[in-house]
Amino acid sequence: MSTVRVSTTINGDAVAYLCEVDETLLDVLRDRLGLTGSKEGCSTGDCGACSVMLDGRVVCSCLVLGAEAEGRDIRTVEGLAAGDKLHPLQEKFLEFAALQCGVCTPGFLVAAKALLDRNPDPSETEIRFALAGNLCRCTGYDKIVRAVQSAAAELRKG
Amino acid sequence: MPLDSNIDPATHKFNLVGTRPLRPDGVDKVTGRAKFGADANAPGMLVGKILRSPHPHARIRSINTAKAAKLPGVKAIVTAADFKEGKRALRDVLCNVMARGKALYDGHAVAAVAATSASVARKALKLIQVDYEILPHVTDVDEAMKPGAPLLHDDMITAHVDPAPKKPSNVAARCEFGHGDPEVGFKQADVVIERSFRTEATHQGYIEPHACLASMGMDGQGELWVCTQGHYMVRNTCAALLGMDVSKLRVTASEIGGGFGGKTTVFIEPVALALSRKAGKPVKIVMSREEVFRASGPTSSSSMDVKIGVTKAGRITGALAEIRMQGGAFAGAPVELGAMSAFACYDLEHVKSVGWDVVTNRPKQAAYRAPGAPMVAFAVESVLDELARKIGMDPIELRLKNAAKEGTQSSYGPKYNRIGLRQCLEATRNHPHYTAPLGPNEGRGVAAGFWFNFGGQTCVSLNINIDGTVALAVGTPDIGGSRASMCMIAAEELGIPYDKVRAIVADTSSLGYNDISEGSRVTFSTGLATIQAARDAIGKLCARAAKTWGISPEAVVWENGHAKPSSPNAGDFAPLSLADIAKKAGNTGGPIAGHFEVNADGAGVSFAIHLADAAVDPETGRVQIKRYTVIQDAGKAVHPSYVEGQFQGGAVQGIGWALNEEYVYGKDGRLQNAGFLDYRIPVASDLPMIDTVIVEVPNPGHPYGVRGVGETSIVPPLAAIANAVSAAADVRLTELPMSPPRVLKAIDGKAAGKARR
Repeated sequence: MSTVRVSTTINGDAVAYLCEVDETLLDVLRDRLGLTGSKEGCSTGDCGACSVMLDGRVVCSCLVLGAEAEGRDIRTVEGLAAGDKLHPLQEKFLEFAALQCGVCTPGFLVAAKALLDRNPDPSETEIRFALAGNLCRCTGYDKIVRAVQSAAAELRKG
Repeated sequence: MPLDSNIDPATHKFNLVGTRPLRPDGVDKVTGRAKFGADANAPGMLVGKILRSPHPHARIRSINTAKAAKLPGVKAIVTAADFKEGKRALRDVLCNVMARGKALYDGHAVAAVAATSASVARKALKLIQVDYEILPHVTDVDEAMKPGAPLLHDDMITAHVDPAPKKPSNVAARCEFGHGDPEVGFKQADVVIERSFRTEATHQGYIEPHACLASMGMDGQGELWVCTQGHYMVRNTCAALLGMDVSKLRVTASEIGGGFGGKTTVFIEPVALALSRKAGKPVKIVMSREEVFRASGPTSSSSMDVKIGVTKAGRITGALAEIRMQGGAFAGAPVELGAMSAFACYDLEHVKSVGWDVVTNRPKQAAYRAPGAPMVAFAVESVLDELARKIGMDPIELRLKNAAKEGTQSSYGPKYNRIGLRQCLEATRNHPHYTAPLGPNEGRGVAAGFWFNFGGQTCVSLNINIDGTVALAVGTPDIGGSRASMCMIAAEELGIPYDKVRAIVADTSSLGYNDISEGSRVTFSTGLATIQAARDAIGKLCARAAKTWGISPEAVVWENGHAKPSSPNAGDFAPLSLADIAKKAGNTGGPIAGHFEVNADGAGVSFAIHLADAAVDPETGRVQIKRYTVIQDAGKAVHPSYVEGQFQGGAVQGIGWALNEEYVYGKDGRLQNAGFLDYRIPVASDLPMIDTVIVEVPNPGHPYGVRGVGETSIVPPLAAIANAVSAAADVRLTELPMSPPRVLKAIDGKAAGKARR
């Protein structure tokens, strides 16, 4: 299998890697770069556990090739906190007990961050539809939706 | 374990129990640091992949691995021949892990390879040649029971039938529970209703696929990192299948990305160990989602007949259920638990339930949250709903008139201790949801549910650190926030702050045997063991204080985290804190630790009532849940947020089971929807908020009154939603899932019936 060299930006840092041409961005993040916060739940883009931001858009990193990251800007769950300070979404997920097993949590946080970046005051329905691409089997989504509502309110306060 | 005489959970003022602190594993899980099954790597690691049968039923004439073995990068290949046949009890587990002689379902493992990369491993699988003789197959439970059905096992003689059948069949066993004579009861009834029901198999649907990393040394010692609900079970089973001493295999439970019962057995773990042993290198296996659906355990599908009679005054006079469940290719469908739980909510004179455990060409079922109970509750609670309508009685009133209470002889045998069913029913009747107005095409359903809850083998180690903090080692994987609850319980007992206790899930070499995290047993039994381990440590802390003071240990008491003389007569000494005593432990006798080992008994049964409002679109048959409330007895909620989380999660899994989820098999016996696109679990936009009411009727078998809460919450939803949909559509729905085509068919059938009249 031939390999390609890729230069990209991940969580603000310049990163270069070699990957096989059929390797997904998720595999690169997890297996080559050690960024295992993004999870593989299905590898078909149905569960959202591998959600990352690619140039400001939420994508399933299992549906993006590692080679496609050349020159792009990638943000993963590992880049959500600022140094030792959690992002308000992370804090609210903890406060509202919005996770049980926690394997879907990175994807939800990335998708919720993307929502709040473009819509700081979403309705419950808007939150539910923005997160409809992320599967959670533990919580029934109730506490996740409440955590996002509360984080949105906190972020609006500035 | 008797109720602690010092504590009445109903009136006792707890410091921490009942509060909502942040979970200790939380930050790792919101930052991506938490290590799940697939997140571990080892130097020189190989990738393991499994070849699976494309046929639902086929004899394996031969497996030729020669070509695959020659592929550069392939380091090991295993088949059934690489495993010891061993004990009979493990035969089915072994045959499920790797097909032996016959492939019994689409997805059954037949061989596995370990290679230097995933792409080499995939290529190698394609080079393995399996010569199959295709056999006729059967995937439906009723079809599998018929004489002349394709036979899975030549030696399967139905157990517990007298006289024993002479011929083999697909029926593994019969079971029967109850007392009195339902036929007598039906004669006393004013109204008798009998209906048949069917439910399809559903998958637990945990988001994290099975994953493990195995490393076998050439000295025969092995290590295994795995996402599982029970790493001691994994250790014991794998050691037996690989012919190892239990002591030579050390298993560490990773963070677990959901299990719901589905991670209570082994699938890939013995394969990874066998590959690693052969290759002399670590091997990681991660299932794909397709493999999870095709080859890990879904729950059973079922076919049931339920007959219940009531008087006009609402007294149930007789109840009868016949339940048939297929559990896939091997015996073990949870029909016994289904039959036991069928009428467990009610105080009945004449009751009987009969169950049949049937094998078919499907993956071996695995436990799924209250295994067996939700589908049977669907049937029973649907008939009760219909009876309530027929006699013009409020459905909660009907259930209250027949509700089991303390002293009731349950339909499955034992007499109930203190239980909270009546309290749940009354809380439901008083809830604003129960009387809220409904919109057009909307219906409201109510249903009750029961679950046994389990205790089981548990052991805990609690070490007092030099700075007065506490290291708590438990052996039950944390599947729903149990480390938080255990820290709370230890801190409560010791009288120290919550954040001074750190709980870990110890590996199998660091702590004694623990049963699997299943049966809603962890907060009950690991909590109980933690209480007793803390009390054991307190005894030692008091003895050290006594030694320091030169008084008798009996003259020291423990209060609010301090040792104190028990009375002025005992001496006049300033209280010593846990930290004071810990600091000097080296001079007073060495390290201080508390331990407790138990086979916990006394897990109190629990009940729940669910209220569902469903809107049915008469044009499309689509159902939407508009409002949902869970009312459940938790005994005592240690961390209410995570108790609510269990209520909500169970309800939503039930909503998926009721409305969308099903295993779809083609005529070819292959699973048609092995992915999250076609096997659709509920998403956020499908649902309303899930309201919860925590009822607390203390369990007399636990020092704080705790009852398990994880499973009961999935028992009522199938019925509650079916009752809501039946009310909205004005026609009884008897098959799950109530997908749009089924609902539409029922609506059309009703219209056709009316037209004929």
